[in-house]
Amino acid sequence: MSASLEKGINALKEQVDSSVAAFFSSCVHCGMCADACLFQTETGNPASTPIAKTEPLRRIWKSEYTLLGRLGKIFGLSKKVDEELLAEWETMVYDNCTMCGRCSMVCPVGNDIALMIRKTREGMAVAGYAPEGLIGAMNRAIKIGSPMGVKLPALLAQIKHIEADTGKTIPVDVVGAEYMLLLSSMEIMNFPKFIEAISKIFDKAGATWTISTEAFEATNTGIQIGVNDLAAELVQRTVDAAEKLKVKTVISPECGHAYMAIRWEGPNLIGKPYSFQVRHILEVLDSMRAEGRIKTDSKESQKLTYHAPCQVARRGGVIDEPRRLLDLFADNFVEMLDAGKMNWCCGAGGGVSSNERADEVRLEVFKRKKAQLEEVKPDALVSACANCRIHLEDGLEEYGMDIPVISLTETLAEHLADD
Amino acid sequence: MASQSDKEKTLGDVLRSHGVSRRSFMKYCATTASMMALSPAMIPMIAEALEKAKKPSVIWLSFQECTGCTESLTRAGASTIENLIFDSISLDYHHTLQAAAGHGAEAAREEAMREHHGKYLLVVDGSIPMDNPGYSTIAGISNYDMLMEAAAGAAAIIAVGTCATYGGLPKANPNPTGAVSVGDLIKDKPIINVPGCPPIPVVITGVLTHFLTFGNLPELDDLGRPMAFYGQSIHDRCYRRPFYDKGLFAETFDDEGAKKGWCLYKLGCKGPTTYNACATTKWNNGTSFPIEAGHPCLGCSEPEFWDGGGFYKALSIPTADIGETALYAAAGAAAVGVALGAMNRSKKGSAAKAHEKVTLEDLEK
Amino acid sequence: MSEIALLEWVRGPGFQIATIILVVGVIIRIFEILMLGRKSNLAEAKGSEFASGMRTIVTRSVPTAESFKRSSLTIVAGYVFHFGLFVTIFLYAPHILLIKGVTGLAWPALPTPVVDIVAVVSIIALLVVLVHRFNNKVLRYLTTSGDLFAWFVTIAPLVTGYIAFHRIGMSGPALLAVHILSVELLMVVLPFTKLAHAFTIFMARWYNGAISGYRGVQS
Repeated sequence: MSASLEKGINALKEQVDSSVAAFFSSCVHCGMCADACLFQTETGNPASTPIAKTEPLRRIWKSEYTLLGRLGKIFGLSKKVDEELLAEWETMVYDNCTMCGRCSMVCPVGNDIALMIRKTREGMAVAGYAPEGLIGAMNRAIKIGSPMGVKLPALLAQIKHIEADTGKTIPVDVVGAEYMLLLSSMEIMNFPKFIEAISKIFDKAGATWTISTEAFEATNTGIQIGVNDLAAELVQRTVDAAEKLKVKTVISPECGHAYMAIRWEGPNLIGKPYSFQVRHILEVLDSMRAEGRIKTDSKESQKLTYHAPCQVARRGGVIDEPRRLLDLFADNFVEMLDAGKMNWCCGAGGGVSSNERADEVRLEVFKRKKAQLEEVKPDALVSACANCRIHLEDGLEEYGMDIPVISLTETLAEHLADD
Repeated sequence: MASQSDKEKTLGDVLRSHGVSRRSFMKYCATTASMMALSPAMIPMIAEALEKAKKPSVIWLSFQECTGCTESLTRAGASTIENLIFDSISLDYHHTLQAAAGHGAEAAREEAMREHHGKYLLVVDGSIPMDNPGYSTIAGISNYDMLMEAAAGAAAIIAVGTCATYGGLPKANPNPTGAVSVGDLIKDKPIINVPGCPPIPVVITGVLTHFLTFGNLPELDDLGRPMAFYGQSIHDRCYRRPFYDKGLFAETFDDEGAKKGWCLYKLGCKGPTTYNACATTKWNNGTSFPIEAGHPCLGCSEPEFWDGGGFYKALSIPTADIGETALYAAAGAAAVGVALGAMNRSKKGSAAKAHEKVTLEDLEK
Repeated sequence: MSEIALLEWVRGPGFQIATIILVVGVIIRIFEILMLGRKSNLAEAKGSEFASGMRTIVTRSVPTAESFKRSSLTIVAGYVFHFGLFVTIFLYAPHILLIKGVTGLAWPALPTPVVDIVAVVSIIALLVVLVHRFNNKVLRYLTTSGDLFAWFVTIAPLVTGYIAFHRIGMSGPALLAVHILSVELLMVVLPFTKLAHAFTIFMARWYNGAISGYRGVQS
C-alpha cells in the first residue's frame, strides 16, 4: 500500500463518527436519493446516485467499525479501499456532486449524504485522488490567498476604480469597524459592483465596515476538495484578521460555500469558537431592513425569480431573508417550483466549477435549472452567490436563453431610497 | 379370558353367539370402511374377512402407564360392536384384565408366545424406562426385556397410547426414568402407533379390523399413525373453525365468547397442530369431543405434548421463558457492546493520532 | 426430527436463541454506533439540535410532494409493505398473545380477515419492490446480494404466515414450524443487515435533523 493511500484510509477512519455509522447502518438502497440528485436525473447515470458516491467511506466504516465487518476483515472477506476504487470513484465524488444536499433532505432513513460525501473527499484528496483543477485552486488559495490567484494589488486597484467612480471611500483595515466584509475572488474580478453596492447600502444604514488587506478572500477551497487541515489554515487567516481589526461581525459575501466554510465549518475546523459573529450578507441586510435602516423608493417591475444557493439556503439556513429583501424592491416576484430548502442546485458548487474536467456534465445538469426557469419564465434571475451567477450565465448562454442574472445585494442597492 | 374352544371359532361365530344381528354387523363394517377411507365396495369384503377371521392371539403388555388406555378401550357403557370385536380376539395376556395372576399369568404369556410364534399381535401401552430397569418390572422382568422378548415373535406391534408411541408423560421433561417409546427400541417389526391420552377406542378396533381384513398394516403417516384416523387435524375438522377464521376467540372459560362457542385458540387449543379423529369420531359413543365441551384440545396424540409449553398457553406463545432470556441477554450485550464501542473509539483515536498534517504536496499523487 | 419436534424446538430453544441474538445484536450495534461519538459543534447555533432531531424523526416519514412525484413507486410500495408488516406483526391476535406472553403488554387485535388481506397486499407490495429493483437502472446498480437476502427474510414470514393460516401444502405442525423458523431467521439477521434500519433509523433521522436544525433548517 502506498503511503498516500495509507493516509487516505487513515483519513477515512478519522471521518467516521456516530452519525456516519448510523447513516450507513440505515441505508436500504431504496434509490430515492438518486431521484433527488440532478447529476442522476439529468444524466441518467446510475453511478451518480448520491449514496453510491460514498462507497470508499462505507467500506472503511464496515470493515473497521462493525462487528461483522471486523470478522470479515479477519477472514479476508471485506471489500478493500484500494487505488483502483478511488480512481474509479474520483469523478463521481468530485465531478458529479456539488454537495448541494438535496439527497440529504429526501433520504427516508435520514442519511445526510452530502455530509458523507464531504467526509469521503477527506480520504480521496489526501490519497491523491482529487481533480487537478481543484488541486490548482487549493494551491493558489494557500500560496496566493485566492483560488483564482487574485492578489491584494488587484483588489486595491478595483477599490481605487470604485472610489473614483462613486467618490466614496472604501474602508480598508479600519480597526473597530462593526463589520468586516469578505469577498470572493469572483466578486473582485467579475462583479466589483458588489463592493460598490455594499458601500452604498452600509452608508445609508449608517453601519461601519471594512475590508482586511490580510484576509479578504471568502472562499475556501479546503472544504471543497476535502482537506480540513488546509481549510482550517484559510479560516484561521480570517479569524486572525477579524480579531486584529476587532470587528463584531464578519460578513460572508454572496457565495455559497464561503458561507458554509466560515459560518458553519470554520470554528470546528480551527477547534475553537469565534470571538465574533459570522453572518451572510443577506442576514445582515435583512436585520438592517428589520431595524428600518434600509428603505427602497422604487420597484423592479420586471418578473423576478430567485435562485437559492444551496450552501446559503438548504445547507446554511438563510432561506426567508432573501424573500423579505426581495419584497423591498420586487413588484413581480415568482418562486420557482421546489423553491426554498428543496431548491435545485445550479450544478457548479462544491468545487465543480474549479474542475475543468466537469465542464461538460456541469452544463448537462443545468437542464434542470433550465426546465425550472422555463416554467416560470422570469425576466431576470436573482441570486446571492457569485459562483452560481457565473455558472447560471454560462448555462443560460449554452442553452440560448436570454435571462440576465443579477445579484440580490446589487439590485437592492439600485433601489435604495435617497432620503 | 377366551377359552381354548373359543379359539377355534371364527369372529362371525362369536358375534352371532353374542346376538349381534347381521344388520348391525354390516353397519359396523360400513362405519369402519368409511372411517378408514375405504371404498363402499370394500364393505362386503370386510364383512367376509371378519366373518372368517380366526380369533387372533393378542398379547398386551403394560409398562409405564396409567391404565387409562385400557380404561378407554374397555370402558363401561352400552355394549358396542367395538367391544365385541375386542371380545373376539384371544387376549392371551393382559395383566390388568386377566384372571390369572403371578406365575400362571406369566405362563399364559409364554405359552401364547410359543404357540403363536410369528403370528400373534403384540399390543403395548406405556413407555419403557431405560435408566434404571427397576423403575418398572413385571414378575421381576424388566420392561425392556419383556418387550424385546415378546416383540421377537410378534407379527406386528400396536403401540397404544401416547406413552407407548412417543414416550408420553413418563418421557416429559425431565424424563426421570429415561423413558422411551416402543418405536425407539424396535426397528425390525411393523409398528402401528395409536397415540392419544387415551386413544379413541374405535381407532384401535379399526386398526384390528384392518389387520384382520387385509392381514397387513393400514397406511401410516410419518409418525407411524394410521392415516385413516390421524390424517386430518383437529383444527381442520373443528366445528369452531369458522370462528378462528374470523378471529373470534374466547378469552376466558366463562366469557361471552366461550358461551357463544367461539374458537379456543387463545385458551391454548392445540387443534392446529394435532392430528386425531376426535372431531369426527368423537367420544363416549359419539357424544362429543373436548372442544364441544368447551375445553381446548391438549394435543395428546402428538409427540412431546406434555412439553408443549402448557395446555392453556396459546400455540403462538414461545414455550421457553423469553422475557427473562431477553433481560439476561441484554445485560450481557451491554457489556459486549461497551467493549466493542471502546474498540471503535480506540481505533478512531489511533487514526487521529496517526494523522499527519495534510500539506499541498500530499494532494499530488 | 419429526415435524412436531421441529415445532417444539422452534417454539422453545429456537425462539430463545433467536431472541438472544436479536437482543444482543441490537444492543451491540447501538453501542458500536453511538460510542463512536460526534464532535460537538463549535459554530454559533441558529436553531436547536435536539428538538430539530426529534422533529425530523417524525417528519421524515412524510415525503415532500416533489419527492413523492419522482419516487412514487418506491414510496407507495415501501409504505404499503411497512404498514403491512406493522399490521401483521402487531395487530394479529396470535402475535399479540406472543407479545403478551413475553412482555405482559397487550392491545386489541384487528379482525383476522383484515390481517389476512393486509398480508396479501404486503406480499404483493414486496414483489413489486423486487421487480422494481430489477427493472430500475439506479436500483439495479445499487442492489447487492445483501439487499436480495434482506428482501427474502422480510417476505418469508409473510408468505409462511399466510400459508400457515390457510394451511396450504404441509401439515399443521410443519406449517407453523416453518413460519416461526422464518421469523427467527429475520430476528437473527436483523441487527447485522440493512434491516438494522428498524432501529438505526431513529438515530440517522435524529442526526440529520440535528445537523440541519443547528443551522436553522428544518430537514
